[in-house]
Amino acid sequence: MTKNIMIVGVGGQGTLLTSRIIGKVALEGGYDVKISEVHGMAQRGGSVVTFVRYGEKVSEPVVEEGQADVIIAFERLEALRYAHFLKKDGVLIVNDCRIDPMTVVIGAMEYPEGILEELKNKHTLYSIDGQKIALELGNSKVLNSVVLGFAAPYIGFGKDAWLSVVEATVPPKTIEINKKAFAYGYEAER
Amino acid sequence: MAKKTIMLGNEAIARGAYEAGVKLSSAYPGTPSTEISEYLAKYDEVYTEWAPNEKVATEVAIGASFSGVRSLACMKHVGLNVASDPLYTFAYTGVNGGAVIVVADDPGLASSQNEQDTRMVARSAHVPVLEPSDSQEAKDFMKIAYEISEEYDTPVILRTTTKLAHSQSAVELCDRVEVDDKEYSRNVAKYVMMPASAIGRHVVVEDRENRLASDAYSLSVNRIEKGDNKIGFITSGIAYQYVKEVCPNASVLKLGLVNPLSKKLIEEFCSSVETVYVFEELEPVIEEQVRAWGINVIGKEAFTRQGEYSANLLKRVLYGSDDAVFDKTAVPNRPPILCPGCPHRSVYSVLNKLKIHASGDIGCYTLGAVPPLGVVDTCVCMGASISALHGMEKGKGKDYIKNWVAVIGDSTFLHTGVNSLINLVYNKSTATVMILDNRTTGMTGHQDHAATGKTLKGEETYAIDLAELCRAIGVPNVIEVNAFDTKELERIVKESTQSDVLTVIITKAPCVLLKGQKFPNVCKANFEACKKCGMCLKIGCPAITKNSDGTIKIDQTMCNGCGLCKSYCKFNAIETVVR
Repeated sequence: MTKNIMIVGVGGQGTLLTSRIIGKVALEGGYDVKISEVHGMAQRGGSVVTFVRYGEKVSEPVVEEGQADVIIAFERLEALRYAHFLKKDGVLIVNDCRIDPMTVVIGAMEYPEGILEELKNKHTLYSIDGQKIALELGNSKVLNSVVLGFAAPYIGFGKDAWLSVVEATVPPKTIEINKKAFAYGYEAER
Repeated sequence: MAKKTIMLGNEAIARGAYEAGVKLSSAYPGTPSTEISEYLAKYDEVYTEWAPNEKVATEVAIGASFSGVRSLACMKHVGLNVASDPLYTFAYTGVNGGAVIVVADDPGLASSQNEQDTRMVARSAHVPVLEPSDSQEAKDFMKIAYEISEEYDTPVILRTTTKLAHSQSAVELCDRVEVDDKEYSRNVAKYVMMPASAIGRHVVVEDRENRLASDAYSLSVNRIEKGDNKIGFITSGIAYQYVKEVCPNASVLKLGLVNPLSKKLIEEFCSSVETVYVFEELEPVIEEQVRAWGINVIGKEAFTRQGEYSANLLKRVLYGSDDAVFDKTAVPNRPPILCPGCPHRSVYSVLNKLKIHASGDIGCYTLGAVPPLGVVDTCVCMGASISALHGMEKGKGKDYIKNWVAVIGDSTFLHTGVNSLINLVYNKSTATVMILDNRTTGMTGHQDHAATGKTLKGEETYAIDLAELCRAIGVPNVIEVNAFDTKELERIVKESTQSDVLTVIITKAPCVLLKGQKFPNVCKANFEACKKCGMCLKIGCPAITKNSDGTIKIDQTMCNGCGLCKSYCKFNAIETVVR
C-alpha cells in the first residue's frame, strides 16, 4: 500500500529539504519512492507544496485530494489551505505559526481566526511551536528538524533511521544541532 | 549490480547525457529546465556553458554536432520559440555527432507565461520527440535520443514537463561510454542551407521522418501493456503514471516516441480494445493524428487542454467522482512576492510614488505587477519590455510615455533586451529604460550570465559592463545608481522620463539571496513612535505586518535589513539594529 505524505508551507521555509529527508528515509527503508518538488516562481514567498509517496511500486509522483496519510504544515493558513487533501483518517501536523500573505498585509483579505480549532473538529491534528523551540535551541533555522521530528512518529521507520538521514543531509556544521532539534520534536508532548 | 539512487528528473537527464558520451552542452536557464545544466556542469568530461539565449545555445550545439561530437542544448518551452530559427533548419542539415535539444514544457504554469506544447513545434519542424515518464526513463531516453539522432541523421527533442523535471524517483546508474569523435568533411549540400541545397534536404527530411515513423512500430520506447480489452489508453510522459495509478489493469499503449507516430502500432492497439482514450496533457497532438487515420478515440471532449493532469481528473471522467473526502476551505491567496531585502522593491517603491507605469519583462521583477507596488503593466516575453515601450511611443507619440519606463533584469537584457535597445537608438526613441541589475539570473535560482564574471563551471571570466555596452550601441544618456538610494533614484527617474533623451538607468544592488550579500543589520519597529500611517506597508515587504492595535511589527527572522521601510518612515519608528 502506497503511503502519501504532503509537506506544505511558505516558499523559503525549507519544505524542499524536509521532503528530501522523508524520501531518503523511505528509500533506505527499502521502498520505491517518488518525490515531487516545486522550483521557480512559487518559491518566492508563495504557497508551496511538495509530495513524498512510497510503497512497493509508486506510479504518480503527486498526492491528490483525499489521499494524504500525513500532512506536515509549516504554517497555519497553509494547513487550512491543504487539509482537504487528507484521507478520512489522515493526520495533520501543524507548526503553530502565522505568516501573513500579502493579500492580508494590504488589507484585501483577513487572516482567519481559530484555524487550529476548526481543523481539530474535522481531523486528527497535532501542533507544535517549532519556532519557539528552535530559538530555545539557539538556531531558528532548525525549525524544520523540530517539526519533522514531531511528525516522524506518524510516518514510522523508528527514530534512528531518521537521525542517520538527518545527519547525512544537513550541512556538516549543523549536524549536532539538527539532530538535537529532531530528537526534541520526536519526543515532544502531543 | 548497478548502483541505484534517487534523482530529480533534471538530474537524470544530465546523467543520461553524461553516460551517452556528450561532450558539449549549452543552455539558457528557464524553469523547469535549469537544473539539467547545473548537474551536468559537475561532470569534468562535459563542456557546459550558459549562453545568453536559447537561439545561441542551439547554434552552439549545432556547431559542435557538425564538428563531430555529441552535443546538447537545454531550454524551457518558450525558449524553443527563441531557438526555433536554428531548429527548423537544423532539421534540414541533420547532424554529424548526435544532437539533442531538451525542452521542458510547463503545463499548469508553475513558472511561465504560457502553456504551449512543444510537440506542436516539433511536428511542424519535423524533429523527432521522445517523452520520458520518470527519472529512469529520462536517463535512458537521453541515450536512445543520441542513437536515434545519429541513426536517422536528425536533431532529437527530449520533451519533459514540470512534474517530470521536478520529481525524484529511482535511477540505476551506468558508466559513461566515450563515443569516438566523427570525422568532419566539407559537405555543401548538407551543411550550407542555401536554396539549391535546401531543396534537396527537404526531400531527405520527409524520407527520414517516414522511415522513423515506420520503424517506430518496433522501437523499444514504445510498448503495449496488454490488460483488460474493454478499456485502453494511448498515453505518454507523466500522464502515463496517472493511468497506471487509476487503471493498473487497463491496456496501455505507452508511447516513448511521440513524434512521429507509428500508425501500424496504434491501429493494432486500437483494434484490440473496445474503448480507447487518448490521455495527453495540453494539446491533442496524438489524438488528432489518430482521428485523421479514421480511428475513433475519446480525447479532448473528456480531458482538458489546460493545466496539469492528475489521477483524480481521470477518476472523475471514468467514474464520475474522485478520492476527495473533505471540502476545500476558501482561504486568502498567498501569491509569490519579492523577498525581504529585494532591490527590485526599492526601485518599484519609487515608481509607485511617482505613479509611473512599467513595461515589464520576464523575471522576479514581474512580481511588481501585484499590490501593493502594482507598477508593472505588461509582461509578454524576454526582451519585450523595451520594444513594447518603443511601440507605445511611436504609436501614440512621445508625450504618451512621459509616465512610462521599461524595466528589465540584467540577465534578460543580455538575453534579448539588447537588440530591442538597438532599435530604440536607431529609431530615435525618447524612452527611459531601467535595467534592474542584481548581478544574477534570479528567478531560476541564481545562474551566472555574461555580466557576472563567472562561468557555469564556476571559472572566472570577462564580465560585460552593461553601462559601457549601452554607450557603445549609442544610448546618449546612461546613468548608474544604487537601487537602494531612493532619493537619487527618484530624481533621476523624474528627470529622464520628462526629457526627450533616450536614457538607460542601471539600478545596481545584488540579489539579497546571493551568497555573502546579507545586510549587516536588521530592522526593528518602535511601537511607541509608530503613528499607524501605513507608509511602510506600502512597499509590500513580507517581514512587515500589523499588530492588532494597528502599529507595525517586523519579523526579524524574515527581515534582511535593507532599510527600505526605514527610509519611508517619517516618524523614526523603524531603526536598524545589529543582527
